[in-house]
Amino acid sequence: MAFYRPAPYQKPLAGILLLALLALPTVLTAFGQEFYIGFATRVLIFALAASSLNLVLGFGGMFSLGHAAFFGAGAYAAAICLNSGISEALFALPLSMLAAGLFALMVGAVSLRTRGVYFIMITLAFAQMAYYLFVSARSWGGDDGLPLPARMTLGGLPLAGDAALFYTALGCLGLVIVLLGRLAEARFGRVIQAIRENETRMEALGYPVFRYRLLCFALGGALAGLAGALLANLSGLASPNLLQWTQSGTLLVMLIIGGVGYLYGGVVGAVVLLGLEEVLAGFTLHWHIGLGLLLLGVVLFAPKGVAALFGKRHD
Amino acid sequence: MLQLFLEQALNGLQFGLMLFLLAAGLTLVFGIMDCINLAHGSLYMVGAYFVAAAAQAADSFWIGLGAGVAGAAVLGLLLELSLFRQLYKRDHLSQVLATFALILIANEAVRMIWGAQPVMLNPPEALAGPVEFELFGETFFYPAYRLLIIAVGLAVGGLLYLLVAKSRVGMWVRAGAANREMTEALGINVQRLFTAVFVFGAALCALAGGLLGPLLAVQVGMGESVLILAFVVIIIGGIGSIRGALVGSLIVGTVDTLGRALLPTLLRAALPADAASTLGPALASILIYLLMAGILFFKPQGLFPARA
Repeated sequence: MAFYRPAPYQKPLAGILLLALLALPTVLTAFGQEFYIGFATRVLIFALAASSLNLVLGFGGMFSLGHAAFFGAGAYAAAICLNSGISEALFALPLSMLAAGLFALMVGAVSLRTRGVYFIMITLAFAQMAYYLFVSARSWGGDDGLPLPARMTLGGLPLAGDAALFYTALGCLGLVIVLLGRLAEARFGRVIQAIRENETRMEALGYPVFRYRLLCFALGGALAGLAGALLANLSGLASPNLLQWTQSGTLLVMLIIGGVGYLYGGVVGAVVLLGLEEVLAGFTLHWHIGLGLLLLGVVLFAPKGVAALFGKRHD
Repeated sequence: MLQLFLEQALNGLQFGLMLFLLAAGLTLVFGIMDCINLAHGSLYMVGAYFVAAAAQAADSFWIGLGAGVAGAAVLGLLLELSLFRQLYKRDHLSQVLATFALILIANEAVRMIWGAQPVMLNPPEALAGPVEFELFGETFFYPAYRLLIIAVGLAVGGLLYLLVAKSRVGMWVRAGAANREMTEALGINVQRLFTAVFVFGAALCALAGGLLGPLLAVQVGMGESVLILAFVVIIIGGIGSIRGALVGSLIVGTVDTLGRALLPTLLRAALPADAASTLGPALASILIYLLMAGILFFKPQGLFPARA
């Protein structure tokens, strides 16, 4: 294990991919496959959510099983913004991130006192608490969730079309990936990766370990909140199901398939998992079995994940 | 009020004992092999389906219970030999991914075999009615079947406690949980010991699933909600500790049951009616998680840490 360092071919590859994605809605419309623009947007949003978990788990080494709580909190924050008349994305998205980030800050302040399995379980417990709170909050729709009256507007332009939301999600994901890549190589990123490798040593060197980890955890929560807010726009609903622990499990699975601690791990994982779902669901109603068997195969035969092929982490 | 309180306290005890059957296996798997098994709840679900199917085929609850428990034990043995053995030496991430995959497979397999509708499991006919008993000069009624669950739970729980706390095998298990390498160095075959623990845990899952079957619906997804509760129990109790699992189960069982039953009433006495009706159910459902967060805040290793 060592610090993250991008592979030389990573940047050109990402550039090509970005160009292809920019053209995607036009191409799909030309072939009459508009349905897949929504699907592609979903993939981008989940890629963003899994990447935010990557910051916490991959770079920070904090195994959180409650990440969906911040994802869901962002979705609810966006829905509440829209229902109370704040429909401008330039305000509503940062507000959602702020809400999710503050929530993560509180959860982290308590959870980061524990280690190992206890940390996994206490983050899970907080996520369950949030889930039950939203389920019983009747003014926010309770079990049924909180519907959005309309999608957000960006700089006054409505995001009503599928392509508009796709480009918004793409822009957010691109910004976040650039941010994470810069962060991983900056001082803050080095420190949290060093804490992941040897906490005691960093403590002895005088680094405020707890504060670094807490900041990393809160930042991850805020980015998950951004993904949640975008998803609420896509589906037109903030549902308590977004906070369920199986959702945290799905994000984890995406990240592990993609490759924990690799910059594009979350993106690759989201594409692979959601793509598999889409393909398998076309073949059989019981596609979960196929997915489960594939996951078992990944664990037993490709433990480092798919993105291990695209970036080096050894020194 | 007294009737309600007594009834709910007994329900809490019954729920806590069933949680103990689940948590006992889970805490040992965690404690000895440091293995996160998210699929423990699936064993509970599959066990309940086995019991329901066998009870229907044999037209007898008791034969069904025995056959279902045996079937779950065999399934546990196969899983341990084929999959879990590979997972012990891997990191937590791989264990989470693999057992999450098992949940997907188990849920879908059950849906394919038994369908998406809940399966009915009837309690034995002799125990279908309520029992009447007197306390403080008042007459109480309590379902006979629930009393049976309490009795079985107490018996199995007591037996398990004796087995782990007093017997030689139990000593090995505790030694394995406290320090695995040292136990191996002293000549105990921890691998074989663990296979036995895993199989035993699977059988206990099926026992809990089968006993709770007539009270709850036997359906897909029943394992997930109870799995989280079992995790809360072993975290509160301290991972690897049977005593901790017992205390944790009883705490979680009673706090959860009493909270749901009494909290809305108590809040109504203290708060305005509409505030109480919103806050009551919300507070009741997060009570045990608050409790767990509080306990972990003060005792990050749980109440009875198994490792020195």
